[in-house]
Amino acid sequence: METILKITNLHKKYRKVHAVNNVSVEIKKGNVYGILGPNGSGKSTTLGIVLNVVNKTSGEFEWFDGTYSTHDALKKVGAIIERPNFYPYMTAEDNLKLVCKIKNIPYTKVFEKLELVGLLDRKDSKFKTFSLGMKQRLAIASALLNDPEILILDEPTNGLDPQGIRQIRDLIKVIANQGTTILLASHLLDEVEKVCSHVIVIRNGVTLYQGTVDGMVASEGFFELESENLAQLESALQQLPQIEKIEKDENKLLVYLKSHLEPGELNTLLFKQNITLTHLVKRKNSLEEQFLELTKH
Amino acid sequence: MKRLLSIELQKIWQNRASKVLTIIYFLSLTLLASIALIEFDFGPFKFKAADSGFFNFPYIWHFTTYVASWLKIFLAVIIVSMVANEYSYGTLKQNLIDGMSKKEFLLSKIYTILLFSLVSTLLVFGISLILGLKYSSFTEVSIIFSDLEYLFAYFLKHVAFFSFCLFLALLIKRSAFTLGFIFVWFLGENIGHAILKYKILGYKPKDKDTVVIDWVKDALPLESMSNLIVEPFSRLNFIKSITNTVGANFENNYAVQPIFIGIVLFWTSLFLILSYRILKKRDL
Repeated sequence: METILKITNLHKKYRKVHAVNNVSVEIKKGNVYGILGPNGSGKSTTLGIVLNVVNKTSGEFEWFDGTYSTHDALKKVGAIIERPNFYPYMTAEDNLKLVCKIKNIPYTKVFEKLELVGLLDRKDSKFKTFSLGMKQRLAIASALLNDPEILILDEPTNGLDPQGIRQIRDLIKVIANQGTTILLASHLLDEVEKVCSHVIVIRNGVTLYQGTVDGMVASEGFFELESENLAQLESALQQLPQIEKIEKDENKLLVYLKSHLEPGELNTLLFKQNITLTHLVKRKNSLEEQFLELTKH
Repeated sequence: MKRLLSIELQKIWQNRASKVLTIIYFLSLTLLASIALIEFDFGPFKFKAADSGFFNFPYIWHFTTYVASWLKIFLAVIIVSMVANEYSYGTLKQNLIDGMSKKEFLLSKIYTILLFSLVSTLLVFGISLILGLKYSSFTEVSIIFSDLEYLFAYFLKHVAFFSFCLFLALLIKRSAFTLGFIFVWFLGENIGHAILKYKILGYKPKDKDTVVIDWVKDALPLESMSNLIVEPFSRLNFIKSITNTVGANFENNYAVQPIFIGIVLFWTSLFLILSYRILKKRDL
């Protein structure tokens, strides 16, 4: 698969803060990536570096196998960072035309993209008259002007109202379905879980996990069990080799697994020991639980 | 180059304040021509601009370039605010993300500076030519087109001053502070010099220290720019005769001196190089 962006051993040190610490990432064409990390974890700095607005301290990054200089590569990238930045005194259309001039492309896509984000009827309004949601959608239109190879979104739903968040999410899904590679930085996990196929988890500038979403949540999972006699249940469970640990949660037992165990199998085993279960559920950690687990101090 | 200019001109032209200032600037330049209509009668002292000798070739080149260059502050305001806005709107960052290189960003500003200076120079050339042809006592071609170095000096003076503005705006990032700083700098060059010369050293004409200090002052950015075209008034016969009767005697060198061209070129390149350095080094 074609590599779009390759980051190798990237470091960024501000005076006292080591904002990005040895980050290596490879972005392949066609995937939707989520970068997860608490606020201040170095997500935006990493994106800033590959987008030519922050200077790296050391390390390398390479767009499209290094066939273009960074600023020419960026002409094939669409990116939105934190808040929409446009000239407030220009209309939506003029702002997009200016971006076309910068990217050195014809104006042909301006109306199409305004239509896509639902701003065509406001094309002659000045940017300063827009609501935050509209500004954010204009930013997406602007990032899509060149039908980019990759769309980079840094906290695209920050500060939006529920409708705005929904609109942006739907847009991202539409764009992802068209086969555009997306890199989505966010600390909102359900956002990432809903649209991304791959995740990169960063904390304090260090990469903690890198791989598929499924891979991240694919631990063996755990059972929630209830029975009339919990003590008996617990001692019976401790005999089983597949079990890693048992936690008590009010009148439930949370049973974590080391290796694979089917609920039916467990039920049969327990029934043979005259234990009847009143509650049996097998669950997997959500991305959120897994993320909090990973980023715990 | 065309692409970069068109980007920058769109930014300027669609901003109402910049557009109004540009129009005011070029209108006032054109209105300079109306100096020719000045006429007053002061008892024994009659003054009629058209007959005063202001418009004689080649003196007119010196006169109009000197007077017109005061108006450059209008364009300076545009340049400072267009650079400072890029920071406050966050559009410098966005331009870079959209695929402009830092070099291209700076070049688009520099091309605009060159264009403004060039248009202004051509306009002054045209106006002077028309005024001169109308009022000059001498209209031989060889006289008309002598002393054209004043136009070159005018162009250079504008490019240098705008580069100074560009650099300070990039450094300070706020237009009001930048304009204030330029004014304070201007005062500083003069006041600093005056304090050193008269207060600290005590004024001793022809003293070695005094000569050195005068030279240092002449080499400072704004002073060297203003030295490119020295004031033309004391050069006129009727003013000479007045000052002679008062007893003062000016011995100015009115020509455009190569040494100042050199100094100004040095400052201009320094400001542009430092501007690039700032853009390169600063994280956004």
